[in-house]
Amino acid sequence: MKGLSLIVVCLLVLAVVALFSMGTGRYPVSFRDLLSWITTGQCRDENLPIILVNIRLPRLVGAIAAGGALAMSGAAYQGMFRNPMVSPDILGVSSGAGFGAALAILFSLPVAGIQAFSFVGGITAVLIAVSISKAIGRSHDSVLVLVLSGIIISSLFGALLSMLKYVADPDDKLPAITYWLMGSFANIRMSDLMVILPLLFVGSIPLMLVSWRLNVLSFGEDEARSLGVHTGWLRALVILCATLMSASIISITGIIGWVGLIVPHLARFVAGPNHRMLLPTSFLFGAIFMLLVDNVARSVVSVEIPIGIITAILGAPFFIWFLKKSSRKSW
Amino acid sequence: MVKQSNISLDLRHTDLGYNGRVVLRDVSLTIDTGEIVCLLGPNGVGKTTLFKTILGFIKPLAGLITINGTDISRFSPKDFARLVAYVPQLHHLPFPYTVRDVVLFGRTVHLGLFASPCKKDRDIANSFLELLDITHLADRAFSELSGGERQIVIIARALTQEARFIILDEPTSNLDYGNQVRIIRKIGELRKQSVGILMATHTPDHAFMIGSKVVVVDHGALYRCGKPETTLTPETLRQIYGVEVQVLDTPHNGICSRKICAPVMELTTDIISHH
Repeated sequence: MKGLSLIVVCLLVLAVVALFSMGTGRYPVSFRDLLSWITTGQCRDENLPIILVNIRLPRLVGAIAAGGALAMSGAAYQGMFRNPMVSPDILGVSSGAGFGAALAILFSLPVAGIQAFSFVGGITAVLIAVSISKAIGRSHDSVLVLVLSGIIISSLFGALLSMLKYVADPDDKLPAITYWLMGSFANIRMSDLMVILPLLFVGSIPLMLVSWRLNVLSFGEDEARSLGVHTGWLRALVILCATLMSASIISITGIIGWVGLIVPHLARFVAGPNHRMLLPTSFLFGAIFMLLVDNVARSVVSVEIPIGIITAILGAPFFIWFLKKSSRKSW
Repeated sequence: MVKQSNISLDLRHTDLGYNGRVVLRDVSLTIDTGEIVCLLGPNGVGKTTLFKTILGFIKPLAGLITINGTDISRFSPKDFARLVAYVPQLHHLPFPYTVRDVVLFGRTVHLGLFASPCKKDRDIANSFLELLDITHLADRAFSELSGGERQIVIIARALTQEARFIILDEPTSNLDYGNQVRIIRKIGELRKQSVGILMATHTPDHAFMIGSKVVVVDHGALYRCGKPETTLTPETLRQIYGVEVQVLDTPHNGICSRKICAPVMELTTDIISHH
């Protein structure tokens, strides 16, 4: 399937899944009530609007934004690094954000403080990784140096995070840090989204605009330059935008793994490798995937399962299946 | 296509190398549009260094490289890519782009910063797919093609870039015999496109087949430069490759008349180590 029709189909599926998600949850909502509330604003159950608007809608929007942003930034990173095994946290955004959040929890900061700290932590980690690669730079393969710098920073922040957990009060701080690291949509409020959504917008628009040039980066540094692409500038822009998107999401949801790695593969399988189609398709696939996973998280057992656990449990076997399948065919 | 005026790419007493270490010394060379220059020389002699320097990936240590009189370091990446296109050695792509996409990437330099190709760009790409007889490959994945097909696709991309010069790095390496001949024939036909071509090769016969000029590098410098027929003598070939080669004239039967290389097989006359 190619072009606009694919996008339209994805949007329709997303709408259906979203409607289904609004009706799913502890409090029973009949489909007819839901429809009449959406179309007319009226319904028999007067609790319904409160639940839908205050609880389910923020969660729905949060899941769509998180899945979409992580998948889209993952697709951009994979294109930039010319490597389909790369995810948005390759440059250390997750470990930096985790460290920032843990620090804020240790200082007993309010939710907004935790979000701000994790956002700053995530961005800082990536900036350090990029500076290291610049300092080493020049004579080495620049992409390889960047990836290695990311690994160095990830493990450094991972160690710092372990230290914070070690000194944290095991009765309340340590569980809070641990739960935060598992990721959840349970605490998303509309006010958080009002801050995050503009940031996602600011990150995704430039990515869409340079999507054609991102294709050319697949040929590697020298060839892309000989095709007239200013590689250094383009790479900086992609890192900046993709990091902004993933750090914003991680700051309100905690760490959700696998989505940014797997969903771009699925999208590439359907939409092809051209980033002009791949980026929006990844966003929509990610949004649909995350909504479905969140429905599982909050309705399968009586206690909500942290979202990061489900994405990993679903992600690992899927990825094995996909590797096996794709090994017969080139990417 | 609008007939464009002839321009030239010049190296003037250029020292080439990495990190201050000179690999090739005092190279002077001119490539005109409409001309095919074959670059010969043993492995590790600095052909890649020469290419990377002409493409602006590394700076010359001394001397000047100009296109139409302008120092190449003064061109923006975009302006430079409109003048010089690059066909690297065979490589693989991490993602399954179609042949049509790969050729269209050649248009990137003609697009606005945030634009993607329009109808006109597609038409140009299609016309070069047609010129090189690979229209039937257009919707195949580049990564699934054979080596020879890939090489032709990358040449189509270079033409789609509409640069005045095309630099080809051993376009026949890793190809079977038939594909080698096909690629060389295609490159020979490009003369009509009024582009200047610089091509590295390990086969002296390629220069006899298509070269209007041959450049021989050896021992850290430009060894000889001139018409293939007068430059590629048995002495020159022995000097650079260390093997005895006869250069023969093919019979003038109207189909194929040019010089060919015939390596001598008796090991006694072979100079095994010439360094």
